[in-house]
Amino acid sequence: MTTLTKEAGVPAPAGDGPLLSVRDLHVSFKTEDGVVRAVDGLSFDLERGRTLGIVGESGSGKSVTNLTVLGLHNPMFTTIEGEILLDGQELTTARESEMEKLRGNKVAMIFQDPLTALSPYYTVGRQIAEPYMKHTGASKKEAWNRAVEMLGKVGIPNPKARAGEYPHQFSGGMRQRAMIAMALVCDPDLLIADEPTTALDVTVQAQILDLLKDLQQEFGSGIIFITHDLGVIADMADDIMVMYAGSAVERGSVDSVLHAPEHPYTWGLLNSMPRLDSDPSIALTPIPGSPPSLLNPPSGCRFHPRCPFQDRVEGNRCVTERPLLGAGESACHLTPAQKRDIFVDEIKPRLG
Amino acid sequence: MTKDLLLPAPRDEGADAGGEPLLEVSGLTKHFPVKGGFPIRRTIGAVQAVDGIDLSVRVGESFGLVGESGCGKSTTGRLITRLMEPTAGTISYRGKDISRASRRELAPIRSEIQMIFQDPYSSLNPRQTVGKIISGPMEINGIEPPGGREKRVRELLEIVGLNPEHFNRFPHEFSGGQRQRIGVARALALEPKLIVADEPVSALDVSIQAQVVNLLQKVQRELGIAFLFIAHDLAIVRHFSQRVAVMYLGKIIEVGDRDSIYTRPRHPYTHALLSAVPEVSVAGEQAPARERIRLAGDVPSPIDPPSGCRFRTRCWKAQDKCATEEPPLVQLSGNRAGHLTACHFPEEPTTEAREEDIILDPALAALEEDTSKD
Repeated sequence: MTTLTKEAGVPAPAGDGPLLSVRDLHVSFKTEDGVVRAVDGLSFDLERGRTLGIVGESGSGKSVTNLTVLGLHNPMFTTIEGEILLDGQELTTARESEMEKLRGNKVAMIFQDPLTALSPYYTVGRQIAEPYMKHTGASKKEAWNRAVEMLGKVGIPNPKARAGEYPHQFSGGMRQRAMIAMALVCDPDLLIADEPTTALDVTVQAQILDLLKDLQQEFGSGIIFITHDLGVIADMADDIMVMYAGSAVERGSVDSVLHAPEHPYTWGLLNSMPRLDSDPSIALTPIPGSPPSLLNPPSGCRFHPRCPFQDRVEGNRCVTERPLLGAGESACHLTPAQKRDIFVDEIKPRLG
Repeated sequence: MTKDLLLPAPRDEGADAGGEPLLEVSGLTKHFPVKGGFPIRRTIGAVQAVDGIDLSVRVGESFGLVGESGCGKSTTGRLITRLMEPTAGTISYRGKDISRASRRELAPIRSEIQMIFQDPYSSLNPRQTVGKIISGPMEINGIEPPGGREKRVRELLEIVGLNPEHFNRFPHEFSGGQRQRIGVARALALEPKLIVADEPVSALDVSIQAQVVNLLQKVQRELGIAFLFIAHDLAIVRHFSQRVAVMYLGKIIEVGDRDSIYTRPRHPYTHALLSAVPEVSVAGEQAPARERIRLAGDVPSPIDPPSGCRFRTRCWKAQDKCATEEPPLVQLSGNRAGHLTACHFPEEPTTEAREEDIILDPALAALEEDTSKD
């Protein structure tokens, strides 16, 4: 396979700041039932070439955050407050024409379901070539060759012939590879992968995850990887952010969050998930209750109605005061010593 | 119908070598015809969804069936519950062949084999109240439990952890996890002996999955109901099942008790499957490294499966023999009793890392060669 070299015009990194910096982001939607506060005070940074894994259940705001970064929400019904800085450029106030220049070029996205994300009407090659033509001004022929090259890169056998085929002629794993090729065709600085392997089988998932990791080394993109599967995060990410009901509850490196988690919700996730090496005779410990409605979120700590440890915090603070997330910590009122003791004494033994 | 619910107490795992078989399946086959041609449409092929599988589920046992999508695990579940007619093979329940039984003959058995479906949204009738949904099976089978059906429904709601007061609510008033509990209550309504659970938790959020898994486990142990647990999640199947069968393209390629399958797998596909599961290692550095196997491509089409061993097209050990001769499902030397493998060239019984990773995906291999050169 030929080597991939980015054509002239690589933008010089603006300063040494993080690639993406989200500050106090609030996203709310107006619905018939009221205002849904889908993201509520979220801040995080992503460095170049790093992978940030965002884990959370459905409705935790992980996908909404990333659609906001791409500017894909309908402004009619969405209120966005806060800052999103990509290489120093503010995205929340950017005009649509500016966003258009970014999408598919500097920021690209891989969606969960490749069959609905790819157009059934155009050939796979054409769909990959299109953003390349738009953003680099390449001719049709150049773009087609580039598409074929990218398809080869992501492991599609006989890429020359397959580029002329339609998405329905591809299998699930192949379609997701084509999506990756499309996302990487312009060598993006930031790649957002929203549950890219959830629809795939486990052996195919393993191929795609490894492929993404290897391609990241080559392309040097920063990746935001959204998933509900802690195992996938452990495999893929450098840093983890755990989201619950619209905000981050815990953040840190993969090692610290998975081996010394501090937030009761993270403990709950770890305890409720069987692993291949856990002791099957130990019953799982589910998180009681179900995720809250974002129309009318609980007061104080959003997790308090489901938290088994709230009685260990003095003065009912869990109900009255919302805990804040400092750098590399967890948003919980328990003291650091309590968190350490609870994890070591009560949570870890149950992990088997 | 037999009303006795005096079933043997739940046995400890490991001690399951004996036990009376409740369900025995042999040579079970289901081919779906593929029609085509113009102007007269005729059968031009068949999707060989399930192609001659043998398995047995013992009284009170939980039997796991794992495999990737399209391997025929759900079809197997539907054949066993007789929601579909098998093309060939026999299904015998308590020694009685039910594979060709008529509706009338099946009626008493239907109540003993129940099913829990994957999607709690489409498996409950939105126009019926919870009470009606759960009492439906009793009504159809003309069962009048002591104290009336309503009392029984309330009991069932309590067993599955729902508020009995919610008797008159509709499914849309419940969350996904609660709906799945309603599905479990419905399956329990007729005091079944066998429940076929087809991906019962895969539509649920992680934190809710554990609630439903624990509920099913409670039901299985306390009421002594045998389970055929169908899922693609290897960790959940391991947690739930005493014995596990691995399916690939309509065939069972390996079956055995849980520990044997998960720690001493012999079939290359089982190795690949286990090595592909992304894992959170809680032990950190101390845990032994797992082997890394990356297959190439996807599962072939069941319309035209490979000859001989069906896994050979993606197998790193395949030789000429694999293409011509289908490997029988037998006990290999060194395996525990009951651990059967269908492979001509089995792997070593370990899941620990090998000297060299097996990377069959050409793109992955090329990329990794590049990075290792740098």
